[in-house]
Amino acid sequence: MLKELGRGLLTTFKMVIEGPVTTQYPEEKREVRPRFRGRHVLKRYENGLEKCIGCSLCAAACPADAIFVEASENTDEERFSPGERFASTYEINMLRCIYCGFCEDACPTEAIVLGDNYELSFTDRHDAIYTKDSLLEGVPSSEMTTPQKVEPGVFTRSVPEMQDPQD
Amino acid sequence: MDWPLFWEWIIKSLVLIITFLVGFGYLTYYERRFLARLQSRLGPNRAGPWGLMQWMADAVKLIFKEELIPARAYKLVFFLAPVITMVPSIVIAAVIPWGPSVQVFGRTVTQSVANVNVGVLFLMSIASIAVYGIVLAGWSSNNKYAMMGGLRSSAQMISYELTLGLSMVIAILLGNSMSLVEIVEAQRDGWFILVQPVGMIIFWIATIAEVNRHPFDMPEAEQEIVAGYHIEYSGMKFALFFMAEYQKMIAVSAILATLFLGGYLGPGIDSFPWLGPVYMLIKIFVMLGIMIWVRASWPRIRYDRLMSFGWKVLLPLALTVVFITAVGILLAQEVNPWLMWLIPILSLLAGWFATLMVDRAIRRKNYA
Repeated sequence: MLKELGRGLLTTFKMVIEGPVTTQYPEEKREVRPRFRGRHVLKRYENGLEKCIGCSLCAAACPADAIFVEASENTDEERFSPGERFASTYEINMLRCIYCGFCEDACPTEAIVLGDNYELSFTDRHDAIYTKDSLLEGVPSSEMTTPQKVEPGVFTRSVPEMQDPQD
Repeated sequence: MDWPLFWEWIIKSLVLIITFLVGFGYLTYYERRFLARLQSRLGPNRAGPWGLMQWMADAVKLIFKEELIPARAYKLVFFLAPVITMVPSIVIAAVIPWGPSVQVFGRTVTQSVANVNVGVLFLMSIASIAVYGIVLAGWSSNNKYAMMGGLRSSAQMISYELTLGLSMVIAILLGNSMSLVEIVEAQRDGWFILVQPVGMIIFWIATIAEVNRHPFDMPEAEQEIVAGYHIEYSGMKFALFFMAEYQKMIAVSAILATLFLGGYLGPGIDSFPWLGPVYMLIKIFVMLGIMIWVRASWPRIRYDRLMSFGWKVLLPLALTVVFITAVGILLAQEVNPWLMWLIPILSLLAGWFATLMVDRAIRRKNYA
């Protein structure tokens, strides 16, 4: 009996020596895993054009019906993305999203990616609807904003060459 | 009337009460931090530097919380029960000597509120008042769980009170006095823990049961009877129960230090009498740490086992140890002082035999 009681005491005392495992959250944050599924990000090409072509496949794949996409026509004077069309409206309701990543799988251009931001909090239900402005990643440099004026006949192909994911 | 003596009492009482109230606050902090460390956590560290102000934040929160009184409760008793629990937990500390006499403004001042010549008896009587508050709280709440908590508490406290009394008898026999100051002074040659280690352990177990701490916190077993006797209490009334529990912890640690760990004695106590409270606080701190450590480590024992442990193991063992102590003292006086060492040897044997019997009982196949 004494042996068992002593072992119990020893187990807890070992914890004191090992020290706490707590992460002091707001000050220190843990690195997320490579395939972590956080808040969505709409990606751009290196030349600043948006990858999203407004095909609505993500909205179709979404099991929670959280995504709403509305497409408009591209012109060479006002070009947002390669190919014919771009997403003029892109909204994700973060209260509906279940972070399954099906939108990421469905996307033909790798435009929508689940990022590493998990700090989503709102004080209003309307704030939970993320629009294209908040989802789109920043431009590589100041002259590469969209819409761009481009040479006609260059960006005709909407779906790029893609490779298998590395991680 | 001796007016300076009157003021001396008032000042000493105030100092004691304030020490206990603040000590309660920091004991909750100590418990939460140390318990967290024992569980690989950090504990409260946000309010103030290292979380030292956490107890104040909690107190403010509890004071401003809404107080609910159940409609069918017996209002007067419901209101009085926390007070009856709270007051003895401070009063019990009145007889504890915190140090030898000191000279203040040419007056000889004892470092205890009252030097009662039957101090141990006082401790016993006040300790048994505390059970009323808990029973009355359970009864007046008009709630089944509260009632069960109160009944459990009364049964447990009455059972372990006998053991507690017997283990205090050990200290009385060894100190040859009922006055706590004389018991402490009798430990100058060696603390009573050296003479009677089993007695100290029995005392410690009985006091843990008496203050309803883990692993004997049956009256407030959360998993079984929700929160026991204080289930209907909220706000400041709940805080009073909480306070009483922690102040009782401090008080019993102080009593244990006085009876078995040499009280305020320590190196250099004769030349610096003000070191007395420091030594006492260190000893209390260590004993409280052991209480918290036990809380983190051991599961709560079942109620019927608690009762059978108290009546079938602890009480006979305490009786045996008292007998051994008495015979040992008699032999040492009449035959040879070296026979004093029969006391620790024989009582360790008795303690070993008791644990052996408990061990056998636990390992029996049909032990339910």
